[in-house]
Amino acid sequence: MSLVSDSLVITRRNVIKIRRVPDLVVFATLSPIMFVLLFRYVFGSAIPLEGIGYAEYLLPGILAQTVIFGSTVTGGALAEDLQKGLIDRFRSLPMSRAAVLVGRTVADQVLNVVSIVVMLLTGLAVGWRAHSSVPEFVLALLVLLAFAFSISWLMALVGLVVRTPEVVNNASFIVIFPLTFIANTFVPTDNFPTVLRVFADWNPVSSVTQAARELFGNTAANAPEPDAWSLQHPVVYTLIWVGIILAVFVPLSIRQYEKAADR
Amino acid sequence: MNVTAAIEVEGLVKAYGETRALDGIDLEVEQGTVLGLLGPNGAGKTTAVRVLSTLVKPDAGRARVVGLDVATQADAVRAVIGLTGQYAAVDEYLTGFENLEMVGQLFQMSRRDARARAAELLERFDLTGAAKRPAKTYSGGMRRRLDIAASLIARPRVLFLDEPTTGLDPRSRLGMWEFIEGLVTDGTTILLTTQYLDEADRLADRIAVIDHGRVIARGTADELKAQVGGERLEFTLAVAADLPRLRGLVEPLGIEAASLDEPTRRLTLPVSGGTAVLRNALDRIADSGIAIVDVGLRRPDLDDVFMTLTGHESTETTTTQEPA
Repeated sequence: MSLVSDSLVITRRNVIKIRRVPDLVVFATLSPIMFVLLFRYVFGSAIPLEGIGYAEYLLPGILAQTVIFGSTVTGGALAEDLQKGLIDRFRSLPMSRAAVLVGRTVADQVLNVVSIVVMLLTGLAVGWRAHSSVPEFVLALLVLLAFAFSISWLMALVGLVVRTPEVVNNASFIVIFPLTFIANTFVPTDNFPTVLRVFADWNPVSSVTQAARELFGNTAANAPEPDAWSLQHPVVYTLIWVGIILAVFVPLSIRQYEKAADR
Repeated sequence: MNVTAAIEVEGLVKAYGETRALDGIDLEVEQGTVLGLLGPNGAGKTTAVRVLSTLVKPDAGRARVVGLDVATQADAVRAVIGLTGQYAAVDEYLTGFENLEMVGQLFQMSRRDARARAAELLERFDLTGAAKRPAKTYSGGMRRRLDIAASLIARPRVLFLDEPTTGLDPRSRLGMWEFIEGLVTDGTTILLTTQYLDEADRLADRIAVIDHGRVIARGTADELKAQVGGERLEFTLAVAADLPRLRGLVEPLGIEAASLDEPTRRLTLPVSGGTAVLRNALDRIADSGIAIVDVGLRRPDLDDVFMTLTGHESTETTTTQEPA
């Protein structure tokens, strides 16, 4: 059966919803603007960095955090589809069994692209600049979106298992908030307690952030080489994570989708 | 097995933990007919529909739709069925038209065919005026109609309607019945679940009554009603001593002998002819001076069917005994 065409139909359905639900667009645009402004002027005023302004240090980190949070909507949206009987309807149609999940995870990256554009514009307004070539810049965005896409598949499984949109949203906040903070997203990790620093070094959120910083040219010229392999090769390390997460959660989510109607 | 059967079910079992939602169900629905699956909440009606529409895999037994096994040929089954679940499964954010277009495309129709068919069904289900509005703005009845339209988009040979009128106001309910009757004349085979005897009576060629996952009776509506009894007049009097006198006045209107119940001061009289009989009876009593507390024309409902077939009310959860 036609995975591609069915997935496109589902993606279109989900993108239409983005256009028609103002809350989603507000969440995807206003909250990134708010975060950039708050961190830039509140934290930025107190965090002295060597060789680079805080705006340039901040933006890659806050982009990473925002697209990861953007991907959590996958779980809530699938739980909502289950609750409203839409998954039952889809399961009764002669369509590809993966299309509902592919269409969902892809559409959620569309929303992430909107967030990214808004944040880059806000960043430009508060002093952030990219100093790299166009291909590097594009690669940075692709690394961010690839990681967010893998998180979407993880959240798909969570949504299909938990089945209650509110619980999915609260639970994912509790996990993802610390995950994006125990990292190099907003402050250098050098002065973290040892345990936290090691965790932060190998946290894929750090490597995503580091990859974006390097590819945007947002690293200090005299910055020392990071100790951890993960941060020396942030793009590769991030893509390894993306591969592992997808290899585990794509089959698990599809299996859970097939079982979800059997109750 | 009958070759003209659109749905054949043999010994279907589905358990959820300790609960046997389906406890060995046999059904057969001929092509182009309507089977009404009648039963109270939790009887197993929805589980039966979910198995037949490939959503749920049975633990034991076999079910075939137009000769295709629902467990092993699920994709082929999905291509020939339409399902309307208990909750109108429409996307609230899409318009009526977009909902139908989407389902049509997922039935592997081309976008152009899906659009043409969507427009045709919106017209037929009286939704053309609301076609461009998000389904969020629809009334309950409109959502149900859109849901049924979605299940019809690929001209299914077999249609499953799970409680299509539950939660609708009486007027929408009547409208829904008319739509369903229209489908029947198209030759679609329909399996319909309902809690209402009058609904099964009006729409179904044959009825299977199920309780606790088993079929406890089957037949045409008339056959079932013959078991349960038809309509009757019920009088409740202020004084039990008036009962014999009342019987003398109204019994000639009945089709069988009246029964008296002294403790509840009630007289029950089987009748036929509806409200005309009621008016006639009231005329006869008018000058008699008998004090009447309550009077009404009663038709048999699901509770009567259950009382007769199982000896318990449909809402009770006592163990059912299979009738001999």
